[in-house]
Amino acid sequence: MAQEKSMAAIPEFLSKAELLKQGAEARVYRARFLGRPTIVKERFRKQYRHPLLDEKLTHRRTVQEVRSVLRCRRAGISVPVVYFVDYTSHSIFLEEIVGSSTVRDHIVSSPPSARCEGLEPLAERVGQVLARMHDEDVIHGDLTTSNMLLRCGPEDEVSELFLIDFGLSYISALPEDKGVDLYVLEKAFLSTHPHTEALFQRLLKSYAAASKKSSAVIKKLEEVRLRGRKRSMVG
Amino acid sequence: MTIVIGFEGSANKIGIGIIRDGEVLSNPRRTYITPPGQGFLPSDTARHHRAVILTVLKEALEQAGLKPADIDCVAFTKGPGMGSPLVTVALVARTVAQLWGKPLLGVNHCIGHIEMGRLITQADNPTVLYVSGGNTQVIAYSERRYRIFGETIDIAVGNCLDRFARVIKISNDPSPGYNIEQMAKKGSQYVELPYTVKGMDVSFSGITSYIEEAAHKMISSGQCSAEDLCFSLQETVFSMLVEITERAMAHCGSGEVLIVGGVGCNLRLQEMMGVMCKERNAKLFATDERFCIDNGAMIAQAGWEMFRSGQVTELEDSWITQRYRTDEVEVTWRD
Repeated sequence: MAQEKSMAAIPEFLSKAELLKQGAEARVYRARFLGRPTIVKERFRKQYRHPLLDEKLTHRRTVQEVRSVLRCRRAGISVPVVYFVDYTSHSIFLEEIVGSSTVRDHIVSSPPSARCEGLEPLAERVGQVLARMHDEDVIHGDLTTSNMLLRCGPEDEVSELFLIDFGLSYISALPEDKGVDLYVLEKAFLSTHPHTEALFQRLLKSYAAASKKSSAVIKKLEEVRLRGRKRSMVG
Repeated sequence: MTIVIGFEGSANKIGIGIIRDGEVLSNPRRTYITPPGQGFLPSDTARHHRAVILTVLKEALEQAGLKPADIDCVAFTKGPGMGSPLVTVALVARTVAQLWGKPLLGVNHCIGHIEMGRLITQADNPTVLYVSGGNTQVIAYSERRYRIFGETIDIAVGNCLDRFARVIKISNDPSPGYNIEQMAKKGSQYVELPYTVKGMDVSFSGITSYIEEAAHKMISSGQCSAEDLCFSLQETVFSMLVEITERAMAHCGSGEVLIVGGVGCNLRLQEMMGVMCKERNAKLFATDERFCIDNGAMIAQAGWEMFRSGQVTELEDSWITQRYRTDEVEVTWRD
């Protein structure tokens, strides 16, 4: 009886919260929890998946997300604070980074001529943050410019760069996995923001300078890039 | 009025099709089918194509009721695909182009699939899932390129299915994928298999090696039937495909999905994609086996677009290539 009551509690709480967006994986709500501005990420059931597969995947991704966020936090990387996790509804209650916008919006809103100027310091910072994350052996798994938030500080002060959305993340020390992580970002970056190759190179250079284990990773990145070209494309 | 003939033979299907201003006048095809447990090798495939290509060419012209003089352009698959089959077909295309005095056009196979899908379904600007034995890509059009948003980082989904079919020795007639689909309908037990999505990309080599190794053990120990494995494999790999397609749609803000390529014939994949689309209020477009599976008309259609926008391939540039990225082609026929 008590368990039934608590099982209904989260959906009830969310029905009163503000739905911010419905992504491919989860619904994201804005609410107040323990007196703080909170983002609730609720992974919902995907109807197209077999129920057993869906349950396994959803649970795994919830656990991985929380684990990676906590690990990053302990290493001093800016990520939202985890307030609460419910494994029945697969909901994660996170700190809302108030007053932030995605790096994607930031790049898109820049005038085209300035696309590679002014965004360079930003690219360098992203490289540094990713280097720190990889040195912590956290593989984000879904690096895109939509998964990075920029919170503007007072006036022209340096803004804070946050990483979010660790649903596909896992722990690995392998240069291969880190290389693929950067490859995923490179592809997402260049397809979302055409003609920004130079900007991305800046990012990689900054990554290489900031990470202690970068040379093996960059080498793997180059190998992975070629795989797309060397693959047999029959049929 | 523009009439284009298209030659396709990059894998085990050889097809020649004729298109006149968006109308498919003919589209005959032959498939090289190997015994169960065997894949198809380049030289044998080329030999098969050589044996039938002139017959298929005759059929294409007769069924369309046309003579060589009526053709405006000869399109052929420049790549990607298997070397010797591509050469065989390109050779015939070059010869007839010179015999008939018509311009040549080398077409990208993947773009053939996309343009045929667009023609048949009339989808406006969809996120395209191109899935076949040799390719697995999520593509969206942007600024004169078909950009690859997500793809397999190792083997194609069709390759994974074909290899599994060989392991359990399913017939390759009419195609291994079709027979897996029929067996899957009789399966019911879900067996957990490796699921690998990396951002917008997928990886099938893990699940392929797992299932190649474990299939016989699982079946002989009675843990599950071959039908259950077919069912579980489909559920798993198709879920991966639907997931990366949905991510690309969310990223691009797209409301349409078009599935092309041989694996696109699979009704379960179409069903799952349909469920995902319904949840997002998006529309699903798919074609049937005439156009999903490699065929000549799709090359003709892409050729028709390219030709009308002023492209032509000179004889010295009409070489074939086994590797040819979808995003290498400048899409001059769209804004």
